[in-house]
Amino acid sequence: MRADKGTGLAIRYVVAIAITLIFLFPIYWLAIISFKTPNEIFAFPPIWWPEAIQFANYRVLFKDGDVDAIWNSLVIAGVSTTVAMFFGTMCAYSIARFRTGGNFLGEWIISNRMIPPIAIVFPIFLLYVSLGWVDTYIGLILLYTAFNLPYVIWMMRGYILDIPIELEESALVDGCSRWRVFVKVVLPMARGGIFATAVFTFIFAWNEFIFALVLTRSNVTTFPVQVTHYFGVDSTFWAKISAMSMLGMVPIFIVVAAMQKFIVRGISLGAVKG
Amino acid sequence: MAQLSIKGLRKLYGRVEALKGINLEIPDGEFCVFVGPSGCGKSTLLRTIAGLEDINDGTIEIDGEVVNDLRPRDRNIAMVFQNYALYPYLNVYENIAFGLRSRKAPAAEISKRVSEAAEMLGIEALLDRMPRQLSGGQRQRVAIGRAVVRDARLFLFDEPLSNLDAQLRDGMRAEIKRLHQDMGKTMVYVTHDQIEAMTLADRIVLMRDGIIEQQGAPLDLFERPTNRFVAGFLGSPQMNFVTTRIVKDDGALVLQFDDGRKLTFDESRHAALNDWIGRDVILGVRPEHITRAMGEATQAANGGAVLPVVIELVEPTGTRTYVQFRLGQTAVTAELPSHVVDRPGTTIDLLVDMNRVMLFDPETENVIA
Ligand SMILES: Nc1ncnc2c1ncn2[C@@H]1O[C@H](COP(=O)(O)OP(=O)(O)OP(=O)(O)O)[C@@H](O)[C@H]1O
Ligand SMILES: [Mg+2]
Repeated sequence: MRADKGTGLAIRYVVAIAITLIFLFPIYWLAIISFKTPNEIFAFPPIWWPEAIQFANYRVLFKDGDVDAIWNSLVIAGVSTTVAMFFGTMCAYSIARFRTGGNFLGEWIISNRMIPPIAIVFPIFLLYVSLGWVDTYIGLILLYTAFNLPYVIWMMRGYILDIPIELEESALVDGCSRWRVFVKVVLPMARGGIFATAVFTFIFAWNEFIFALVLTRSNVTTFPVQVTHYFGVDSTFWAKISAMSMLGMVPIFIVVAAMQKFIVRGISLGAVKG
Repeated sequence: MAQLSIKGLRKLYGRVEALKGINLEIPDGEFCVFVGPSGCGKSTLLRTIAGLEDINDGTIEIDGEVVNDLRPRDRNIAMVFQNYALYPYLNVYENIAFGLRSRKAPAAEISKRVSEAAEMLGIEALLDRMPRQLSGGQRQRVAIGRAVVRDARLFLFDEPLSNLDAQLRDGMRAEIKRLHQDMGKTMVYVTHDQIEAMTLADRIVLMRDGIIEQQGAPLDLFERPTNRFVAGFLGSPQMNFVTTRIVKDDGALVLQFDDGRKLTFDESRHAALNDWIGRDVILGVRPEHITRAMGEATQAANGGAVLPVVIELVEPTGTRTYVQFRLGQTAVTAELPSHVVDRPGTTIDLLVDMNRVMLFDPETENVIA
């Protein structure tokens, strides 16, 4: 009996490790390319571990100012996520608890999120030209906020509906204003959902490509757009691509690692009622 | 200090009328229990008092002040919820202190009041725990602690004990009653458990379908219900109801059942029943008013009527034994001392206390006599 259990566990571990390795391989490959010389990159058979780990690929990104794109992305994704979370959560509370806009406002709002970006990017471009917002922080921040708000409202509405209403009512009777209920009861209760939603919102803004491509030139080039600059007509700078991609992964990695506990809980929170 | 006065209160949820004109006066310091079947509007009434529900018509006054438009927090009320409503991210101390902090009480006062409340409820040792580390009974105490720590003028309880197991419930019930005696505050308590209502209440408010059927002291309602619903709701086992007919038999008034058996009324009740001769009525008799027939003399003296029956079902509870027999088509329960009847099939003479049986109009279901 015990032995059975042991082997069962062992098999599970082996399978889990194998799957993890398969998923990690592309990241390993990306990382290792960023530390190779051009010759090593194209060597055949492939080189699994370069002679000498070298940082030239990174150095050139810093020297030429390419890393500014990472900073731009951080500002745009960070600010738009914060703004979308702030207004979206309050909006969701209003819809969830006061039925603002009737029974279907939430559905209507989320349907806005289903517009394919490509369908609206050129009208927005023309609008931005007339507003002078092309290639500005404010332009992309507003756009990403607008694009993420429906998602935030929809997700947060679900999380808020899951909070037992008695907790809020009890606080109201105990002497809280609505605002205090929101801060002292709703926010702590929805914390997992807030972090999970914020992470996905941030990742969307971080990865967004079409809007950034059309609406930026050189001032606020974002990270995904910057990477495309390395695909030339004659040659592709694989070393730069990999190094830049590695740098672009770092913030996401940090955010997800820091919030992992909340994200897992947040995702399952919405799933199971009661 | 709080006296509660409700006049003409109506509450609609969309097209559903949950409260259909409630009039209620609760004097200062009273323990008032709302009781009634599920969906009758008890919680709704309590929540309108707390200010958690808007009302469509009528007034709610606390201490002579109309509070219709006051927010919950301005009504100075404390409320205990059925599912405890403890904040899972705060420890017991902070849960109890929550209301005081919301009202910006000074730190020294908070800590003093929390310790007092904790001591009163015997939860001093739990103050550092999180709610998830508590048993159901302990959570209930904390929830009550949250309410008593504030010097609220009115306490509302919505089925606070219904999530506890039977044994714990008895203990907490006594404790809530003691709390009321010690604090002397006005309390309004919702339950659908008639035992809880009987044992706790100074006044029972018995509701059905959004109206108050009857209100009064527990024994008043128990002994002098105004209609069949009230009579049936209070008492366990329930009052027996048998459709029967009043006829004149040799100058005496008797109840004639459809199986031909008869129960004779005492002279003293004749006057009230004269109008009903030859008409159908519903007989209501409590199980404890059917006893074992002992001898002619006692029967006559007590206005009893003897009924020979065949016992169909025997349910011993230890102290008493419930037996079932048939009167006409209807199964009737009697409460006898243990060991009077041990087996179904036994034939026995039972004595119905005709002075305490009730008669109801089959149409209005109101009491006739
Ligand atoms: N939020 C609501 N929306 C619509 N109808 C409601 C709402 N709350 C209560 N009702 C209706 O109002 C009536 C009274 O409900 P209420 O909760 O007061 O009953 P209750 O006496 O407390 O019952 P229970 O013993 O089951 O708690 C019911 O018919 C119920 O369906
Ligand atoms: Mg209820």
